[in-house]
Amino acid sequence: MLNRFRASRCVVALTAMLLSQMATAATDNWQLNMYKGVTPLSHDMYELHMIAMIICCIIGAAVFGVMIYSLIHHRKSKGHVPASFHDNTRLEIVWSIIPFLILVGLAIPATKVLIRMDDTAESDVTIKVIGSQWKWQYQYLDQGISYFSNLATPYAQIQNQEKKGQWYLLEVDKPLVLPVNRKIRFLVTSNDVIHSWWVPELGVKRDAIPGFMHEAWARIEKPGVYRGQCAELCGINHGFMPIVVQAVSDEEFNQWVSAQTKVADQYKADQNNAVVQAAMTHDELMTSGKAKYEQICIACHKVDGKGMPPTFPALKGSSIAVGKPISRHIALILQGVPGTAMQAYKDQLTDAEIAAIATYERNAWGNNTGDVVQPADVAAVRKGDIQQPKMVNKAQAGGLE
Amino acid sequence: MSQVITHDSEHDDHGPEQGKGFIGFAKRWLFTTNHKDIGTLYLFLALISFFVAGSMALVIRAELFQPGHLFVDPNFFNQMTTMHGLIMLFGVVMPAFTGMANWQIPLMIGAPDMALPRLNNWSFWLLPFAFTLLGSTMFHSGGGPNFGWTMYAPLSTKFAPPSTDFMIFAVHMMGISSIMGSINIIATILNMRAPGMTLMKMPMFVWTWLITAFLLIAIMPVLAGAVTMMLADRHFGTSFFEAAGGGDPILFQHVFWFFGHPEVYVLVLPAFGVISEIIPTFSRKPLFGYHFMVYATVSIAILSFVVWVHHMFTTGVPLGAELFFMYTTMLISVPTGIKVFNWVSTMFKGSMTFETPMLFAVAFVFLFTIGGFTGLMLALVPADYQYQDTYFVVGHFHYVLVPGVIFALQAATYYWLPKWTGHMYNERLGKWHFWLSVISVNLTFFPMHFLGLAGMPRRIPDYALQFANFNMVASIGAFMFGFSQLLFLYNIIATIRHGKKVDDQVWEGAHGLEWTLPSPPPYHSFTTPPVIQ
Repeated sequence: MLNRFRASRCVVALTAMLLSQMATAATDNWQLNMYKGVTPLSHDMYELHMIAMIICCIIGAAVFGVMIYSLIHHRKSKGHVPASFHDNTRLEIVWSIIPFLILVGLAIPATKVLIRMDDTAESDVTIKVIGSQWKWQYQYLDQGISYFSNLATPYAQIQNQEKKGQWYLLEVDKPLVLPVNRKIRFLVTSNDVIHSWWVPELGVKRDAIPGFMHEAWARIEKPGVYRGQCAELCGINHGFMPIVVQAVSDEEFNQWVSAQTKVADQYKADQNNAVVQAAMTHDELMTSGKAKYEQICIACHKVDGKGMPPTFPALKGSSIAVGKPISRHIALILQGVPGTAMQAYKDQLTDAEIAAIATYERNAWGNNTGDVVQPADVAAVRKGDIQQPKMVNKAQAGGLE
Repeated sequence: MSQVITHDSEHDDHGPEQGKGFIGFAKRWLFTTNHKDIGTLYLFLALISFFVAGSMALVIRAELFQPGHLFVDPNFFNQMTTMHGLIMLFGVVMPAFTGMANWQIPLMIGAPDMALPRLNNWSFWLLPFAFTLLGSTMFHSGGGPNFGWTMYAPLSTKFAPPSTDFMIFAVHMMGISSIMGSINIIATILNMRAPGMTLMKMPMFVWTWLITAFLLIAIMPVLAGAVTMMLADRHFGTSFFEAAGGGDPILFQHVFWFFGHPEVYVLVLPAFGVISEIIPTFSRKPLFGYHFMVYATVSIAILSFVVWVHHMFTTGVPLGAELFFMYTTMLISVPTGIKVFNWVSTMFKGSMTFETPMLFAVAFVFLFTIGGFTGLMLALVPADYQYQDTYFVVGHFHYVLVPGVIFALQAATYYWLPKWTGHMYNERLGKWHFWLSVISVNLTFFPMHFLGLAGMPRRIPDYALQFANFNMVASIGAFMFGFSQLLFLYNIIATIRHGKKVDDQVWEGAHGLEWTLPSPPPYHSFTTPPVIQ
């Protein structure tokens, strides 16, 4: 009796837990259908999708119905004698014209939506979206804000060493913040290969093509967080460049804008170089360096620093990472190697981050140089670079003489 | 001429002796110009490639079994998706259908052999070398091609591993092989039909292959051009696909898909032909609407040249182009619909039995039609913005290609293997193979539609937690499907080695010239042309 009572209480508790989890969980792990989304276009897409699917289901039911009927009844084991008809021109014409008319019926709403999608005029906010291997850069052209948005999921989670968070692979360090109920125009382009900027709930998917700029637009009707991913294969970390859009009210948006560092201000700070760089200890540099390396460098240069030569050079034992002067190592991270996946990190990383990465690379995997690179060292190279930019060629990158 | 051929076939039904031992064996297969020998070679190549490329698919599905890094790193994962696609297209479906064309076309039109036997030999023997070259890239430093079988520039030019050049050369060789094979097929069909066999009396399989061969001749040079431009961009300082030099990355996609879309029909038209042979046989009723089947095939082939931009709707093509290609793409479902309606009408009021080939053919009609429906949905540009490059697309084309084309190939194998070998396959094992395949193929690919609609992009080695359930289902299905194919392999080998003897007719309801010959047919098929009423 007692046992049964306990068991039933257990069941009730479990069900309650399940129900509450279902109610609170933001994602549907068994999601079957397309997102309705939160923009007029995504609603239109959803409706078109539903209409097409329903029409297909009806045609399918008719065709498969006839087929299943004959599969059941017209079999030899039932003694069915085959008919001998094999032609009927009238029937052929009928089943050409009826699908054609259905298609015309589908094409009309599709055309209307398509024309609406193409109309990017009279936008309130313009965002330039720049894809690069494997992160997104957002530039608010009217507000003068520019920043990179990187994957925020820790490497340990990807390697199954830590429990995965709720937004595993769909979380970024700095989301794109947009105002609701405004027409937002996206200008999408790329720095290296083709990417595709896709947020299902906004109904926006636009390929980012290097050297070309294409438009898309959205008017978000509901505040919230909307997540998407790069949709075009763009190299090793294609699966690791998510998009997070945070839609907020006008006031919050304005507050957020005024809190951001403007692009122009950043340059001012650089020129004056008034910021005094605090020295960091070896351990600090190594810890933060390892974290940054795992976030940014690991896709190509690998966890063991061996890279994938000849495309991605090894750092272990490379002349750049163990040789002198250290400024060459720093300059390579700052400037990148043009025409390769090694991009210029001077706008993406702070002096402290670059110093940490350089220190880590010079001391990990048996590269035991004992070197400590301080943020001030990076600042010095950065300043020198601004005054006289110099090309870093493939030979300097090491391994490609 | 005919005297010489008669002389050969009198004393040697198992191919000309080329000496004893391994050398003799190698020479016999290396130098053969016989359509059956070459057909067999093609089919074995396709069978081997099927298991190679299938194992690659299983590597992909194993990595995607759960979220997180499991077995292979992302770069190797990308190599797997690339190689799986390339080998399945160029190494499995195309050689398999060419092999069947080699075997069947002379038998079906009443010819002694193919029109150009030496060309035939060369077009086969290019392939093993092309695939060795392609496969070798996996072992190069820097790894194999990792940019998907679609090879989009600039990922495949500036950002690609050095082994890409080997892939380009392999693609050139496959292209030459396909073009030569197609020339041979066209020459055979147009010149070597038995007296009285007019074009409109040809079996559907021959018709679909005739059209396919023209498609191939039209598109393979385009692919060759695309990869050559890639090569030039990589090494000769050109900028076809680079904006900085005045080129355009989208140009690559236009050229590639001008090849790529008709290529889809290269894969699927012979499958239509096979199904149009099998359904009448086991329905014991002639094919319904033969003339319209031919017209539909021709219109599909013509339309396939004006739909290519539907692969590129999200690249920012102008509105007018989007509308045009949306309409043409939708239009292609009309002739495809005619085909499906005709197959159903052929079955209607027939007297059906369900031997393994028929089971596969019926599953083809069901599941290919589902792939056709999602194809129609994909044609609607606004909806396509949500489908493009997601698992919905992966689900769509795998429905067309696996329970579509691969099922048609397996149906054809079960259907014609008794004729080719003179031995009956094991029906019980065939049925097991069918039921396991048809269940697992749906388990694998149906959930992919849900994944795509929920927002999972294709070609990713790891995914968000919300996609975990359906990915696990798909992976389980994929392994079931993969291992079920071992039954197919075993059944083929067992049939060749010790199947029950069959008579000439093999199938009760079969019509056509191939069933008038003994099983197996003599080394040279029709030394005197048959009479067609």
